[in-house]
Amino acid sequence: MTRYFTEDGNNIPVTVVQAGPCVVTQVKTTETDGYSAVQLAMDDIKPRRSTMPQIGHDAKAGTAPKRVHREIRCDDDAEAESFELGQTVDLSCFEGQCFVDVTGTSKGKGFQGVMKRHNFRGLEASHGTQRKHRSAGSIGGHATNLGTGPKVKKGKKMAGHMGSERVTVRSLDVVSIDSDKNLLLLKGPVPGPAEGYLFIRAAKRLYKSKAHVQAKA
Amino acid sequence: MNRSEILESVVAEQIKPEDAYPNFSVGDTLDVHYRIVEGDKERIQVFQGVLIGIKSSGINKTITVRRIVANEGVERIFPLNSPRIAKIELVRHGDSRRSKLYFLRNRVGKSRRLRDQRRGLKHT
Repeated sequence: MTRYFTEDGNNIPVTVVQAGPCVVTQVKTTETDGYSAVQLAMDDIKPRRSTMPQIGHDAKAGTAPKRVHREIRCDDDAEAESFELGQTVDLSCFEGQCFVDVTGTSKGKGFQGVMKRHNFRGLEASHGTQRKHRSAGSIGGHATNLGTGPKVKKGKKMAGHMGSERVTVRSLDVVSIDSDKNLLLLKGPVPGPAEGYLFIRAAKRLYKSKAHVQAKA
Repeated sequence: MNRSEILESVVAEQIKPEDAYPNFSVGDTLDVHYRIVEGDKERIQVFQGVLIGIKSSGINKTITVRRIVANEGVERIFPLNSPRIAKIELVRHGDSRRSKLYFLRNRVGKSRRLRDQRRGLKHT
């Protein structure tokens, strides 16, 4: 992340995202695939690092093999067919958009205890607590939702693998859009490591106050 | 473009030119003119104090200025590239061999002062 000063001097933490240009590599319609969708691809890759099926698939759209392919569902065939194979999709589709949803894979944290993973408070520091300061405490015995039983309730929060999962951050502010360089400046952090890949869409649900701002724009 | 080039291209226009401020270093006494917006009106507040540290570089560069108000130490951190900083004036060159003068926080009374960089002018 870096920072961005607005004209009136406000200091906004921003993440710079290289958004596109993407290429349409497949158009799916009800006739051919049973549903309508568009497949976008991004980032060139050396052919020898790709596979022959992948190279052939991208060649149909008239592009070099790409690293990332992502399918986006369309409402109906007409919307899907408005895209052509090989067409470039860039940031201009976000013009006038104030808020976006960002999906990515979060950084892996490995096997973590309950305090870090689920924000448990742990056990006491003193009063006779020994070697259990960061443990979860009792996990109970709830076989059913009706009452207690011999087994632990399913979905009980425990220690385990944390991170490396798909995360969506909703309604991030778009600070600025640079269509020439395909750079998107988003307020605050986004999931995943630096140089990771993200899926960005127009914000689906907005709070009242944010919806008001979007309606004005 | 790789990552650092992209970041540079984004912040390049935000970074103030090198001659925007006088040449100051840690230990100097500075006047920082800071724009304050109250409603529609804008006024400028001057914060005078000793520069006790310069942190980071590029767009994130900040200075920490310490002054004594009513016998109480006050420190403010200014982002140097902020448009809210109208100007910075150099009041006095202080003599310092360190890059961070955090020891001044523990000093009381006359020992708080730094020697002037010019020879023969002690504690002016």
